[in-house]
Amino acid sequence: MDLEYGPAYRAYRETVREFLKGWPLEGAESALSQIEQESLFRRRGIEAGFVYRNMPREYGGAGQEPDALKDQIVLEEFHRANAPGDLRSQGAGLLAPTLLEFGTEAQKQRFIPAALSGEEAWCQGYSEPGSGSDLASLKCQGRAEGDSFVLTGQKIWTSNANAADWMFGLFRTEPEKPKHAGISYLLVDMRSEGIDVRPLKTLTGGIEFNEVFFDEVRVPMENLVGARGQGWGVSRATLIHERNLIGSSSMLRDMFSDLVELAQRTRRGECPAIEDAGVRRKLAEIEGYVCTQEASNMMQFTAELKGDVSRTMRPMMMNKLYSTDTTQRIMECAYDLLGGEGLLGPTEADIRDWMRNTTSTGWVEAYLFSLGPAIAGGASNIQLNIIGERGYGLPRDLRLPAG
Amino acid sequence: MDFGLSDEQEMLQETVKGFLDQEFSPARSRELFNSASSHDGALWNGLCEMGVAGLVIPEAFGGGGLSALELSLVSEVLGAAAAPVPFVEHSLAARALARAGSADQQARWLPALAEGTALGTVAFGEEGGAWGPRSWSVRVEDQRIWGEVLYVSCAEVADLMVVGVEGGGLVAVERESPGLKIQGLEGLDRTRSLSRVEFEGVPCAVLSTTPQLAEETLAVGHVALAADGFGAATRLLDATVEYAKTREQFGQSIAQFQAVKHQIARLGLEIEPTRALWWHAAYAVDHLPDHAERLPALAKSHVGDRASALARMAVELHGGLGFTWECDVQIWLKRILFDRGYLGSPESLREDCARLGGW
Repeated sequence: MDLEYGPAYRAYRETVREFLKGWPLEGAESALSQIEQESLFRRRGIEAGFVYRNMPREYGGAGQEPDALKDQIVLEEFHRANAPGDLRSQGAGLLAPTLLEFGTEAQKQRFIPAALSGEEAWCQGYSEPGSGSDLASLKCQGRAEGDSFVLTGQKIWTSNANAADWMFGLFRTEPEKPKHAGISYLLVDMRSEGIDVRPLKTLTGGIEFNEVFFDEVRVPMENLVGARGQGWGVSRATLIHERNLIGSSSMLRDMFSDLVELAQRTRRGECPAIEDAGVRRKLAEIEGYVCTQEASNMMQFTAELKGDVSRTMRPMMMNKLYSTDTTQRIMECAYDLLGGEGLLGPTEADIRDWMRNTTSTGWVEAYLFSLGPAIAGGASNIQLNIIGERGYGLPRDLRLPAG
Repeated sequence: MDFGLSDEQEMLQETVKGFLDQEFSPARSRELFNSASSHDGALWNGLCEMGVAGLVIPEAFGGGGLSALELSLVSEVLGAAAAPVPFVEHSLAARALARAGSADQQARWLPALAEGTALGTVAFGEEGGAWGPRSWSVRVEDQRIWGEVLYVSCAEVADLMVVGVEGGGLVAVERESPGLKIQGLEGLDRTRSLSRVEFEGVPCAVLSTTPQLAEETLAVGHVALAADGFGAATRLLDATVEYAKTREQFGQSIAQFQAVKHQIARLGLEIEPTRALWWHAAYAVDHLPDHAERLPALAKSHVGDRASALARMAVELHGGLGFTWECDVQIWLKRILFDRGYLGSPESLREDCARLGGW
C-alpha cells in the first residue's frame, strides 16, 4: 500500500493546478452568464486534455490515453477548485458512455459531441406507471412500420423531460417475445409530433419530474441503439453508469463538511451545537460511514487498476446503497440540528439549486431531495436483492419467474 | 497510488490462516469455552515459530520489522478464527518497548519477545471505562508504582507488562515483581483472559512520561482490534449465509424468504466495505501523521459498532439454536464484544475523534 502518487503524477497534478488558475474567469469573460462561463471553461478543459479525458477527440472529448490515476487527479483537482469539468448530466454521464459502447458510428458522431457540450439535453425514458422496480415489464410500444418505429404509450417520473431535447428510452418492439427479449433502446427527438410532456411536481416542490405521453410518434430505425430486442442489455450498461454517479464518495464528503458547518452555526441552548457531546458523537458516527466509503472507493480503484476485483466485487455492488443510506443519516442529523427552522419550507432558490446546503431552508430541500437517489437507478430494496443474490449467492425470490 | 496489499502481505495472511485452519478447529474453541483457561500455549508457540510474536519488533532484535498494517492483517485472521492468543497485547507491549525502552531494556527483552519465549501485555484499563492516557491514575514515584488496573488480558502468563500511569506515561513491569498482585476475572470472551492487577510499590522501568507514546500505542491497538472484529464479523456472516441456505422452515430454505435475504444483505453492507476503513487507518499509523491517531479511533468505533450489530443479527437469524451455548455463534459474538469494549468503546473514541478533528 502506498497512497503517494509518485513524481510523474505529482507533476501532472501541478499542470492541472496551473490550468485551474484560469477559474473563475476574469475580466470581460466574468461578465458572461454563469452557463456561458462554464461552457467556455469546459471547452478549454477539453482542449487542455483534462475534461472528458477518455472520450475520443472526434466525438468532442480530449482523446487522451486511458490512465485511471490521471482521471482521479483531475477529478480531485477540479473538485477542489469547484471548476466545471465533465458534465454529470444524463446526456454526458449516461448516454455518451452507452453510445460509445453500443452506438453506430453515425450515432456517435451525431449525438455524443452535443451531449458532452450540453448543447442538447437528454432525459431517460425508463419507468412507466406499471413498471417501476419491475422495469422489464414495460408496455410502451414501438411498432415497426417501414423505416420507423411508431411509439404509443406512456413514461412517467421522467426527470428533465420538460427541458430535454432528446430522450433515450426502452420500448417494447417485439411484444410476442419473452419479457426481457422484446425491448429496444431508442433515441427519441422530444420535438417529434405526438409527444406530450406534462410536468409532475415532486415532493420538494420542484418540477423536474414529468409524464411523457406518446401518440403514434415516429422514430427512424437509425435511432435504434444496439440490435432490435437487445435494449435490455444496453440499458444495463447505462444503469451501471447511473449507479456510479450516485455512489461517488466525494459528494458524501462535501455533504458531511456542510453538516459539520451546520453544527458549528446552530445552537444547543447557550452553546454551538458542535460542543454538545451527543452531537459530537453523532457526527463522528456518521463520519465512520463517510470514511468507509472513501476508503472503499480507493480500494475498488486499485483493484480495477490491478485487474483483480475478487475482494471488491461486493463493495462495488454496495456503492449505491451505501451512499444513499449514508446521505440519509447526514440528512436526518442535519434536520435535527435545524431545530425550529426545519419547519420552514424550501424557497424557490433552494429548489433551483439543489446542491445548496448553506441556508436552513436549503437543508430542508436537500433532506427532501435525498429521497430521490434512493429510488432512482434501482430502489434500495432492489439493491438488497442484488447484494443478497449476486453478492452472497442467496436464492432468487420465490415468486419470480426466471424470464 | 496503490491501495492494495503486496504479495508478501497476502502471503502473510495466507500462511497464518493456513496454520490456523490446520491447528485450530472450532471444536477447540468450544473446548476453551467449557474450560477455565483462555490461553492456548501450544497454538501461541506455533504462531511464534512463524514469526508472529515479533512481527512489529525491529529486525535488529530478531523481529520482522513490519508495520501496523501487517499487524492488523494478522489480527484479522486471528479474529476470524477466534484464536485464543494474546497477539495484540503482546505486540503493543513490544512496540512500546521498541520505541522507548533503554538500550539495556531492549537488548534484554526484545529478542525474547520476538521469539515468543517471553510474553508481553498491556495494562491500560481503569475503573469507569477509562482507557485513555488522560484519565490514568497509577502513581509513579522513585521507579515504583501504586494503583490498580482492571481488565488486563493475559496478565497471569505475561513476563512483561506495560502499564499506563498518571500523566499519560508508560512504565514496564516484570513478572513476579514484589508488590504485584494478579487476580483472575471471569471474562466474557473465553478466548482472551482477563485479570485485575494491583501495584503496591512495584518496581518499574519508565518508558515515557508524556502521553505521546501511549497515544501512539493505543492507536495501533485500535486498528488491530478493528481488524480482529472485522475478521470475526466476516466469519460470522459466512456462517450465517451458510445456515440460512441450509435451514428449512415452511418447506423451503429460509434464505428464500426476502426478509431473511435482505437482513443478510444488510449485514454484508454494514461490514464488507469497512475492510478498506481499517486498512486505511493502519496505513495512517505509519504514513499519515495528521490522521495517525484519529483514523484508528474512527475505525475502531465504526467497526466495533457495525460488527456487534452484525453479531446480534447473526444470533437472531440462527433462531433458537443461536441462543444456545453449543452454537458457535456465541464464540464470535463475544470476541466481537471484547473487541468493541477493549481499549475504548465507540462512544468514548468518538469523543476523541471530535476533539482530534478540531470540532
